[in-house]
Amino acid sequence: MAARVGIVGIGHIKFGNLSEYDLVDIMAYTATDALIDAGILEDRRVIDQVFVANMGGGIINHQTGIASALVSRLDLEPTPAELVENGPASGASAVKLGWMAIASGMADVVMVVGGETMRKVTGWLATDFVATLLHPEAEYNMGLTLPSFAGMFTRLYMERYGITERDLALVAVKDHENAAKNKYAHVQEPCTIEAIHDSPDAHVINNYVAEPLRIYSMCPVSDGAATVILVNMDSPKAAKFNKKPIRIAGIGSATDTHCVHNRKDPLVLEAVRLSAERAYAMAGVKPQDISFAELHDPFVILEIAISEEVGFFPRGKSVEAIRRGETRINGRLPINTSGGLKAKGHPVGATGVSQVVELVRQLRGKAEQGRQVKDPHYGMAVNFGGFGNNVVTVICAKE
Amino acid sequence: MAIDELEKKLRPPEIHLKPYPPKMIKLANGSIMVVREAKREEVGVLLGTVYPLLGVPKDFYDIVAARMYAEILGWFRYRVANEFVIVGAIDGVIAGIVTSRHVDDKLGMSLHTLTVDRGLRIGAQLFAAKMEHHIDILGEDEVWIVAESPIGFKRWMIEYELEDRSAGFPGIRHELGGVPTYALTRKLWEKHKPNKCTGTRPVPADVLAKADKLKMPNEYVQIPGFKRGK
Repeated sequence: MAARVGIVGIGHIKFGNLSEYDLVDIMAYTATDALIDAGILEDRRVIDQVFVANMGGGIINHQTGIASALVSRLDLEPTPAELVENGPASGASAVKLGWMAIASGMADVVMVVGGETMRKVTGWLATDFVATLLHPEAEYNMGLTLPSFAGMFTRLYMERYGITERDLALVAVKDHENAAKNKYAHVQEPCTIEAIHDSPDAHVINNYVAEPLRIYSMCPVSDGAATVILVNMDSPKAAKFNKKPIRIAGIGSATDTHCVHNRKDPLVLEAVRLSAERAYAMAGVKPQDISFAELHDPFVILEIAISEEVGFFPRGKSVEAIRRGETRINGRLPINTSGGLKAKGHPVGATGVSQVVELVRQLRGKAEQGRQVKDPHYGMAVNFGGFGNNVVTVICAKE
Repeated sequence: MAIDELEKKLRPPEIHLKPYPPKMIKLANGSIMVVREAKREEVGVLLGTVYPLLGVPKDFYDIVAARMYAEILGWFRYRVANEFVIVGAIDGVIAGIVTSRHVDDKLGMSLHTLTVDRGLRIGAQLFAAKMEHHIDILGEDEVWIVAESPIGFKRWMIEYELEDRSAGFPGIRHELGGVPTYALTRKLWEKHKPNKCTGTRPVPADVLAKADKLKMPNEYVQIPGFKRGK
């Protein structure tokens, strides 16, 4: 039987424009934050393994060997350290590898750090860098980017299920409402449905970027980092930590075709469904057991699509819940309590780790006032790589 | 200022400019920004708003603030011909300022756009208001524009598809120096105006009254920890 794995330390930097800082510096900042949270700053050599999630260090920062650099910055040598690159799902993949390292018996304490600095380059270059995950000939060379993909995906979703631009805007309003209360979020400015959709000024204030996606349908380009510290809850080392572990109850991942056009139905996110099913099975829970969720929404349509794919709502029906406010903090199933990628930000390598940090914060009952979910037991995070071709789902539980 | 004979010689010839009619814009957070022409007697509050940003190198605030400070002062002291200043105010607090100059019936010279309150695309709205004044109100055929920051280049040169006139240098030379000169023509303005320029007129009296007495911001997101008066 695999060891029980819990999270005993979390660290997070405020996402935003951190372009004056070095990538490894911001990672080290959150790692230190997590060491302090776990109560092992002085005792940090108890860490057996470090996994670092990053997607673009080599491209954007012209820096490789980031895991080695971080370990050195933290004065943690000779602790083993590896870099995990799995597109925008790098963060949750690193958490998964941390879980596997402990479950396999190779390690008792693992630090997982995710980070990205995307604001060192222009928005165009940042968009181009993310687009390198697409198929080089069939997609990238045709000029496709993630926003253009999301635009087409959204258009089809709207046509098939009757979703409106107002529904998309409602997701953004909810995300911004949450991010405004999250001190780590990039965009802490709320927006109103009247201003970004209903008002005569809305078409300019909330202009099209990749029709039907508007500026408030998309995440900002962000820098940021986040860290979690995992421990074998059955090991004597677990007693060293001053925080009660939040257990990783389930992890699942799956892949789908690299080229979206090879899928039978472009609106079916098979890897999302499979990764969630695997995580539910490991955790022994069902969608209705989940108290809240962090869903990968660089484009608001993905919050809608993922929430249906993981079984929270029937396909095409989540907007009814959104219109009723059921996904808000005090709703039946709060989604993206952190503000989501939409408003908290999406420093790609950091995102999956940041989502797990939010699960821990909520399950500890330590989210900021007005953002705390009432009495949560299970939190779920879906970290989505590519355009759904590599997805990792993590379910955490309060013991 | 007493206008003696020597002072008269120092002042440039002025053309009476049509006033910019105030408008209001609902911003993404639901707040209302009044966009109106600044009055000469408001120079103190305008300069006081710009001054703290002189020391902010990030996103080229320092150079934009320094030049705008000089432009506002030049306008106040009658040292720049036909300059106008448009301000955006939320509940009377200055959220952004633009400066510009009417050269003649055919040409406008865009000077600077300074966003004070960031994250609400205030700079984009004020730049559009400035272009609206040049072309729709003052009737110019085109406006020459330069960018001093990558943000400006993206917002103006790329998004408005401005014509690159740099090949015409030195015959075509923006007044801000040798930086490449771009032009917003009337044709380009008509193409982009529907998606770039918004606002409601007339502004209800109670809303306009809130912007009647301009106030300096007490805090700047660009200057963490800044509190006016401390």
